[in-house]
Amino acid sequence: MSVYREHGLFYEFWRQFKKNKGALFGMSLIVAFVILAIFAPFFAPHNPSQLFADYLRLPPSWLEAGNTLYPLGTDDVGRDVMSRLIHGARISMSIGLSVVFLAMTVGTVLGLFAGYYGGWIDKVVMRITDIIMALPSILLAIVVVSVLGPGLRNAVIAVAIVAIPSFTRIVRASVLAEKEKEYVQASRSLGATSLRTMFKEVLPNCMAPLIVQATLGFSDGILNAAALGFLGLGAQPPTPEWGIMLADSRAFIESSPWMVTLPGLCILVVVLGFNLFGDGLRDALDPRLKGRG
Amino acid sequence: MLKVFLQKMTHLIPTLVGVSILAFVLPRMVPGDPVMLLLGERGADPEVYKEMQAALGLDQPMYKQYFSFMKNAVTGDMGNSIISKRTVTSEFFDRFPATLELGMAALAFAFTIGIPFGIFAAVRRNSFWDYLLMGGSLLGYSMPIFWWGLILILIFSVTLGWTPVSGRMSVMYDIDTWTGFMLIDTLQSSVIKEEGFAPFISAVKHMLLPAIAMGTIPLAVMARMTRSSMLEVLGEDFIRTAKAKGASPYIVVWHHALRNALIPIVTVAGLMFGSIITGAILTETIFSWPGIGKWLVASINARDYPVIQGGVLFIATMIVVINAVVDVIYIWVNPKLRS
Repeated sequence: MSVYREHGLFYEFWRQFKKNKGALFGMSLIVAFVILAIFAPFFAPHNPSQLFADYLRLPPSWLEAGNTLYPLGTDDVGRDVMSRLIHGARISMSIGLSVVFLAMTVGTVLGLFAGYYGGWIDKVVMRITDIIMALPSILLAIVVVSVLGPGLRNAVIAVAIVAIPSFTRIVRASVLAEKEKEYVQASRSLGATSLRTMFKEVLPNCMAPLIVQATLGFSDGILNAAALGFLGLGAQPPTPEWGIMLADSRAFIESSPWMVTLPGLCILVVVLGFNLFGDGLRDALDPRLKGRG
Repeated sequence: MLKVFLQKMTHLIPTLVGVSILAFVLPRMVPGDPVMLLLGERGADPEVYKEMQAALGLDQPMYKQYFSFMKNAVTGDMGNSIISKRTVTSEFFDRFPATLELGMAALAFAFTIGIPFGIFAAVRRNSFWDYLLMGGSLLGYSMPIFWWGLILILIFSVTLGWTPVSGRMSVMYDIDTWTGFMLIDTLQSSVIKEEGFAPFISAVKHMLLPAIAMGTIPLAVMARMTRSSMLEVLGEDFIRTAKAKGASPYIVVWHHALRNALIPIVTVAGLMFGSIITGAILTETIFSWPGIGKWLVASINARDYPVIQGGVLFIATMIVVINAVVDVIYIWVNPKLRS
């Protein structure tokens, strides 16, 4: 092949990606929340667990009776809502990262083996993904958490288990397409082991759909973990997790609506950011899929 | 066609067996001893304990327990709830109509708005309206519905006072169950004779917010799916031919394009059943809707494991069978896939 390429692959990708204004917007949302998460103690005006007993359910500062010391108000035990939301970003981002890491690692290995070897391995792996996919994700996650016991770590495991099949299927489908190509046969005839061929030759060529799925996995993971938190099965109080903050504030929906509005808005914005970014990645990395569902 | 159908159904058997093992094993791994739960802390006399264990069949080896569970399950007997003592099957079917009714209302909301949105966005591709509608549907797709439900309550129930906060029916009326669908049962002649249309209106008001909350994600999926399906069809040769023949844009879009674009849309609609159950679990919890979602969450919290295993098995079986039927219908309506 004698393709003259003036710029690198990344440049090509970026040229495509930056045309998509929505994707750029999504990316900036993600970057903003990542910065908030990393430097949470720096941005948060107060300690997220500190109780200000004199200021219970104080409204946000722009409302009457608000106080600029507590820009987004305080909750029912007098904790600063803004500080809790900022520290919540840290938790949600870590949840997203751990879920995607776990699900992608297991899902990719399973998908590679299933697609590469075929036969009974493929049958067994695909059957297991069928079984997991037969159950609504949140129901399975709830049952798994009730087996493992409620808590943030177990919620992450449950949400990751639910997310594995989509990674497995995507990797398997790409492996099936790739493994008949000449470069794979070349690698084999040069004496490379199956494992080496799988991970060094086939896998890198399956990266595009995998990256897209990882991005969308972030939004699903954050959403499902927040739902578990909301149901009381995820992170436990007093962790400043957005789902728990939402559940705790339900009783005050009439008197202190900001306590309900703000944590959910954070979940929505982060999930929207990852979905916009994922859509943009898909269009830029894999033009064949443009505009799909 | 029959052969395809039978083939699909036999493919389901291993999946269903797998699901049944999952439904059987997972609740048994939940910490806590169901016998102790039944007897209470003080009733732990070893003899009583043994008796109870035998009565529940829990003294048998695991594989025997599984086989008797499966043998009973195929005849529709899922055991009895530990809490209510009633059979799981009757508990399930008491609540299922409420979930089904809400699910159908949610899907109706999703289709009547999502499909026109998608068509409009496709016809006005890359216009302001396209961006607005697709941006809006991505927002809907990203919605944490447990929060969305609360926001709807905050706006329409708390602030505007238009709709009730929770439940299925005003406690003022006592409606005889006939079909289990509140919107139909409130229209029975006996109800209308006594109360007029007030119960029906109450049922509609109770249903509005949960249906919107539950239908928002399906609406977003429908709009995006319809748009991409329409765009694909609008680029085809037969559309150009129709336009060249002088067919009006209205006829081209609604008659030629939509008909062909609907095939994948209908498939997605069928596959949405699973997401409806997911939506039901969260929506019913927020709105205290007496359906299977709320029932399952309560049973998991109460460690009522005959209910968990029965409920999980019912739901999974339904989803697997419906997906297979949708597959067959898809092949049936799409001549290219036949043979």
